[in-house]
Amino acid sequence: MDFIVLSLIKAGLIAFVLLTTLAYLQWVERKVLAHIQLRPGPRRVGPHGLLQPLADVIKLLTKEGYVPSHVNKPFYFLAPFLGVVLALLAISVIPFGPEIEIAGVKTQMGMTDLSVGLLFILGLTSVGVYGVALGGWASNNKYALLGGLRSSAQMISYELPMALALASPLLLANTLSFREIVGTQEGFYFGFLPRWAIFQMPFPQVVAFILYVITAFAETNRVPFDLPEAENELVAGFHTEYSSLKFAAFFMAEYANMITVTSIATLLFLGGWHPPFPRELGSDFIPPLLFAAGGAVMLFHGVTQPRGKWDNITLPVFGLIFLGIAALFAGCAVLPMLEPVRQILLPVFWFAGKTGILLFLFIWVRGTLPRFRYDQLMRFAWTFLFPVAVVNLLATSFFVAVFSN
Amino acid sequence: MDSLFFLAFAAIAVACGINLVIQTHPITSALSLIGVMGSLAVLYLLLGAEFIAMVQLVVYAGAIMVLFVFVIMLLNAGAEKRVARPWKPYLVGAPLLVIFVGVASCILHDMLGDSDPVIFGSFTQGGAREIGRSLFTEYLLPFEVTSVLILIAILGAMVLARKEF
Repeated sequence: MDFIVLSLIKAGLIAFVLLTTLAYLQWVERKVLAHIQLRPGPRRVGPHGLLQPLADVIKLLTKEGYVPSHVNKPFYFLAPFLGVVLALLAISVIPFGPEIEIAGVKTQMGMTDLSVGLLFILGLTSVGVYGVALGGWASNNKYALLGGLRSSAQMISYELPMALALASPLLLANTLSFREIVGTQEGFYFGFLPRWAIFQMPFPQVVAFILYVITAFAETNRVPFDLPEAENELVAGFHTEYSSLKFAAFFMAEYANMITVTSIATLLFLGGWHPPFPRELGSDFIPPLLFAAGGAVMLFHGVTQPRGKWDNITLPVFGLIFLGIAALFAGCAVLPMLEPVRQILLPVFWFAGKTGILLFLFIWVRGTLPRFRYDQLMRFAWTFLFPVAVVNLLATSFFVAVFSN
Repeated sequence: MDSLFFLAFAAIAVACGINLVIQTHPITSALSLIGVMGSLAVLYLLLGAEFIAMVQLVVYAGAIMVLFVFVIMLLNAGAEKRVARPWKPYLVGAPLLVIFVGVASCILHDMLGDSDPVIFGSFTQGGAREIGRSLFTEYLLPFEVTSVLILIAILGAMVLARKEF
């Protein structure tokens, strides 16, 4: 019974955090893109547009769900449902911290630990193609169909180099469970270089990491591989005929997939929740310093040079919240009695930090790179990514076979 | 709990299988087949063969069926027309089917005898490590021969797909 109650609590917590992150990821994306393009971005709803996600949710919920008369109804409704369920399901096997003990109850941070966690995610991605393909087909619209077909062809092609790129760090880790994979990346070389897979002997996985990130862009249908929804060619691709909640489902699926692929990159290549340098060199003081710097900047701007209408109130308030978080982290780093809190907060900080940097990379690339042409996209996958991934896998297996015994 | 899951997913698998045959639209049939594959993956999972379950999901439900669906969409195959079938063949066919199923189950029962009942999760040889080991030691020759066979099939498909020589 304990197991069920515990699982329910964890599921509720993770679902809440995930959905909030999804909503605010979209806010961050709009803000970052806007600043890349020298625009202010959303700033009408709430201070600096912070309540914009909420307004978007209300808009999408209350909008009329228009169903065109020419669609194939059962599949038209099934597709967005399939897409969002499969995308959200993937989070359930992703761990984001070590095993912890709260009030005598031992539990793992993360919903569950499958012994084949990585394969489960690969299975979900390969089945997730159906959401997009079916949505495009059921819409009975040539743009939507072309978008769906492009998307499925692209996802099938990029799944191959992605699986090969993921196989190389698995050779080093010798397991398929995320928790054990992260476990093999614990510790440091020469006392400062982390044993993350991208640095790990006998064969650092830098090439595999770059390959994985490139294929992850394609798997999530994002710029420069966003051919399925290329708006100047296909209107909006597979979701042309979707409105209101059904459109929101596709939208959520895209952002949830982004979070999944960046989490996998963090877990497999970047050492999961382990800090980038050892505690003895003061890695515990990085989070308080970062939060304190952010809080101080906000406080300074709010007090001395408020630009918006409410900036003289909201910026200092957020600055003080950040300073409070900084104080909490600093307390964790210094006071031994806060050790249980430290064991929860710091892994989450490092995991969220690494994933966040990768997510920022996704947004940054979207603001920077133009779109591929379709033949370039396919040629790139089959004549460049695939051979490089195979060579990398062969080299890794060679070095592992020679040096591991 | 395990038997409950088994019954549920076995029922889904059978229902999807029947749906696959009786549907007229090829996309519906293809999706039903995906349903069958997915339920089979859950059944493998219940038995404790996690790796095989996931491979079933990745290879069959994912890769192979995506190609099926892809081809159906590209060919734009519509729903097949129902033709009025004569009822007389059913008169002969139904009893024959019953007899066939009865005989087949009798023979199977005799052949298998009183085998041990299935214990859910008792099968522990289904991990990636065990399967990899047996593939590359005990079954190395069949494994390599199969890969050569697949290579030949790929080359054959490419030759057939080329327009001029």
